[in-house]
Amino acid sequence: MSIPVGGALPTGTAPEGPGPDAAAVPGEAASARSRRRLPELGVGGWISLGIIVFAVLLALFGPILRPYDPNEVHLSYANVGPTGGHLLGFDGAGRDLLSRLMVGARTTLLGAALVALVAVAIGSSLAVLTAWFGGRFDTAVSSGLDVLFAFPGILLAVLAAAVFGAGLLSAGLALAMAYSPYLARVLRGAALKERAMAYIQAGEVQGFSGWWLCFRHLLPNISSLIVAQGTIFFGFAVVDLAALSFLGLGIQPPQADWGVMVSEGKTPLLQGYPLEALTAVICIVLVVSAVSFLGEKLQERSTGGHR
Amino acid sequence: MLAFIVKRLVMLVVTLLVASFAVYGSLYLAPGSPIATLTGGRAPSPQVVAQLNAQYHLNDPFLVRYWHWLVAALHGDLGESIPLQQNVSTLIGQRIGVTASLVLLTSIVIVIIGVGLGIVGALSHGTIDNSVLISSTVSAAMPAFAAAVVLQFVFAVKLPWFPALGDGQGFFGSLHHLILPALALAASSVALVTRVTRAAVREELEREHVQTAISRGLPRGTILRRHVLRNAAIPITTVVGLTIASLIALSAVVETAFGLNGLGSYLVQAAQNKDFAVVQGISLVLVVLFVVVNTLVDIAYALLDPRVAIGSRAQ
Repeated sequence: MSIPVGGALPTGTAPEGPGPDAAAVPGEAASARSRRRLPELGVGGWISLGIIVFAVLLALFGPILRPYDPNEVHLSYANVGPTGGHLLGFDGAGRDLLSRLMVGARTTLLGAALVALVAVAIGSSLAVLTAWFGGRFDTAVSSGLDVLFAFPGILLAVLAAAVFGAGLLSAGLALAMAYSPYLARVLRGAALKERAMAYIQAGEVQGFSGWWLCFRHLLPNISSLIVAQGTIFFGFAVVDLAALSFLGLGIQPPQADWGVMVSEGKTPLLQGYPLEALTAVICIVLVVSAVSFLGEKLQERSTGGHR
Repeated sequence: MLAFIVKRLVMLVVTLLVASFAVYGSLYLAPGSPIATLTGGRAPSPQVVAQLNAQYHLNDPFLVRYWHWLVAALHGDLGESIPLQQNVSTLIGQRIGVTASLVLLTSIVIVIIGVGLGIVGALSHGTIDNSVLISSTVSAAMPAFAAAVVLQFVFAVKLPWFPALGDGQGFFGSLHHLILPALALAASSVALVTRVTRAAVREELEREHVQTAISRGLPRGTILRRHVLRNAAIPITTVVGLTIASLIALSAVVETAFGLNGLGSYLVQAAQNKDFAVVQGISLVLVVLFVVVNTLVDIAYALLDPRVAIGSRAQ
């Protein structure tokens, strides 16, 4: 389920059973387990994986393989449909559409990946710290996060754009800040469960430092949930960043970006030339559906149950 | 129960205070002096500087300034838009109606289509259930701006049934202009409500008391109304309420896409023009609405399911 900007993000369930501690399983058994688990992705999972791999390749090599300069303007070709050599034709300013989509893949996906990475880093550190120290520190941080829940992500991003100017940096940071409380809350539940396990207490008794136990044992054991949540929030980030670019508060034109292309393609669309806006929408929707489908699969697996 | 409600209301007030502080304080995070931020980088005349100093109490300590602003805001005075030379509260008043109608219409769409499809999906098997699942998966992946563009192309450009842009005149004119925006705003939320409804109704149908009622031969309608929907209403109300709260901020995207003159689109314009008084004012209004709706959902949830209030006391 993909909910863009706004409050009602689904908070994933905390793991029911003991965490899937792949690290604790000896090498051969682990590989046997992963072999057995691979087909669990199902047809939809494999299609999603295929879309994601294709999108990542596009983001990596699109700007190199693009057939034309994405910013080269041929006004006389504005809104001309597919012709020889230009597979998707031209946008409203007469730029090669396919090239812009290929270059835009990098901007769109890299920006969202950075947002998800920062949010996961903040969210998981807060989760581990609050679970580890507990008590007053936990209460203080958790109530601080409660206040952040009062700010829908898009509102935070608009505020950031007003204060620091519109751009990828302010939009991205605002989104990362808006996501991290949700991540922290979900991961804190898992970290608390792990914190109460006997092996952590055994480690404490043996005199291992808190840092060692957190980073060597606790964090790896909730890593599958972190990866699942990170994937889900990467999907949200693609949607929200594109929405902000659509509003003119994210990535700025003439930079090629899928959100910017939807925004720039809106006027031609209303005049009957929908190719730019619709191709960008299709790219966004395909990637987001694939990412959220895979994220939910990973989430199911990391919590050890179906539903 | 009363203790729970009081606790939620206290939390509401605290959250609003901190949120208003954050909205107010963000002005001072901006690089440059507050005057430069307030005037959006335009060179102000000495009179304007003096007026701003007096109006925003810029010579007072920060907390005193915040207090003045908060008291004025509570009295409905949100300051003055410098570029427009107009009172922010008036500007908000002119636009809040469009946003409110949009959110209301969208909520109706979400409840009717989302809950309806969810119940249909839960009660049927095979093709109908599968098509409910597939359609909700597709619409879940539709961000509001994408849905807006697709709807504009199909129902305004290709089939000229609805206007693509602008507000309408009169009740039916406005309604006509709001239908596509409401559908665009509802797209991904409908999917979520459908899924939650379907799962909740399915779960209730499998309960023992429902199975008993079925085996006793009670009429299907009675079982559905008295035993299934009544219990399934708890998760459904919660998800519908939270979804509606999230629409408040998301309406900015749809209003901008359809050129509606509402609060959200105005907030975006103000952020682009660095009209900070307007940004603060609208942000405050939106945060208040969002937090209040969320609190109401929490309280409604506790009223529907008393275990929630008891559980929170036990902690």
